[in-house]
Amino acid sequence: MTSLVQQAPAWSVLVAVPLVLCAAVLAGSLDAVLDPRGELPLRARLLRPVYEASRSLLVQRRSTTAPDRLLWAVGVVTPLLVAVLMAQVVPLGFAVVSDLGVGLVWFNAMDVLLWAGWWLAGWGPNSVYSLIGGYRFLAQALAYELPLMFALTAPAVAASSLSVPQIVAAQQGRWFIVQMPLAAVVFAAAVAAFAAWGPFAHPVGQDIAGGLLVEQSGPARLLLRWGQYALLVVGSAMTVALFLGGGAGPLLPPWLWTLLKSAAVLAVLLAMRHRMPVWRPDRLMRLAWLVVLPLVLAQLLVVSVLAAAGGGS
Amino acid sequence: MTLAVFIVLAVIAIASGVAVFVVDSMARATFALAASFVAVGGELILLTLDYLGVVTILMMVMEMAIMVVFMVMFMMNPAGLMPMSMLHNTRGALTIAAGTFLLLGAAAVLVPWPARRGTVPADPTRAIGEAIMGPQMPVMVGISALLFATIVSALVLAVPHGRYDQPAHDSGETDR
Repeated sequence: MTSLVQQAPAWSVLVAVPLVLCAAVLAGSLDAVLDPRGELPLRARLLRPVYEASRSLLVQRRSTTAPDRLLWAVGVVTPLLVAVLMAQVVPLGFAVVSDLGVGLVWFNAMDVLLWAGWWLAGWGPNSVYSLIGGYRFLAQALAYELPLMFALTAPAVAASSLSVPQIVAAQQGRWFIVQMPLAAVVFAAAVAAFAAWGPFAHPVGQDIAGGLLVEQSGPARLLLRWGQYALLVVGSAMTVALFLGGGAGPLLPPWLWTLLKSAAVLAVLLAMRHRMPVWRPDRLMRLAWLVVLPLVLAQLLVVSVLAAAGGGS
Repeated sequence: MTLAVFIVLAVIAIASGVAVFVVDSMARATFALAASFVAVGGELILLTLDYLGVVTILMMVMEMAIMVVFMVMFMMNPAGLMPMSMLHNTRGALTIAAGTFLLLGAAAVLVPWPARRGTVPADPTRAIGEAIMGPQMPVMVGISALLFATIVSALVLAVPHGRYDQPAHDSGETDR
């Protein structure tokens, strides 16, 4: 069981980081392709990350009065940095950069860094709408974090391990999504939520002129957008590792299965944008704590009973 | 190598701890404190207490993100956007802090710590859980689930409506 997913040599981090960055760029293309609004030709859609990046680098920078430059910079780099740090425990096929025994908790701790990161990105510019965006993210984080934590607990209980490779190994017979579909859906939704994406894009909402992004220009804006896509990419890959059997699949090599499954999850997350209404944090809070949380706890109870029954026999 | 990492993390922890009182902004003070805790979490990981270290980082960053909201909210100047000193009761606080530091530092240096017996267990997370909880583990796990369910049910009963909710007919939701 334990030897199924191997820890890759130390240099693999040099592959993992560019891989996440490139996958995030491709996610940007995929997002443009799935965008239901525009009538742009396919070529323009595929190249949108290139246009956006060039424009970000060439455009005149916005400036604000008395910004907190240090905290602003910390906030701007956090989403991309968090995505890269998360990726260290996410297996690609049957290889993982770091088989940290508590990889699942590591992933959770990294997503909590986003609480600080997004708020700082909103605080730094010293601008009203930007700060409101930061507060909105924290309100939203209070709503999604507990369902996310319990959704993460379910596969850990079923595999009786906090190690992501062990969780992948434990579902080679049957994928965890069969046993815990609700946890899988909640986790995928939480990925969109910590990336401030789709129905959870209220912190970057149009009603506050872009919120967290309103004062971000040039490389800062590029880093934040890139970070959002990177978070979605890594979150999708983690969904595959925790619930969709990781690299398991017939014929094709495991790494390709991981990529294909992750791309499928990513496409669903990307497609939510512009197709679903945005949740206001107070509404989201009510949904998350009064409906989703009890459901996830019930799901966890089922998983625990199954694990206890399976472990006892 | 381990010693070098230890020293770097220790310097970060102390330096950002000092920064909490040197900076003139609530936000900077809060996140300097968060950085200090993250460095302490790193030290715990260095002691192969992976679970405790990562959970320390998780809890502390989350706490600081919430705390900064309250700190800015309750500040003396509006919106908390203007610089202000982080120091209160300067002399007393300094005495207490220095005394505590000397006491703990002296304990760390002077106590004859026992040498390690045995080796690191295969799963330190499980070992620490059993060391703390022992045979009460299943009971505690059950109670924690119950406690949490109680919190959620209390919320369900206490908060049928948010403060800014629209009337039921407007939002299409059923009334309580």
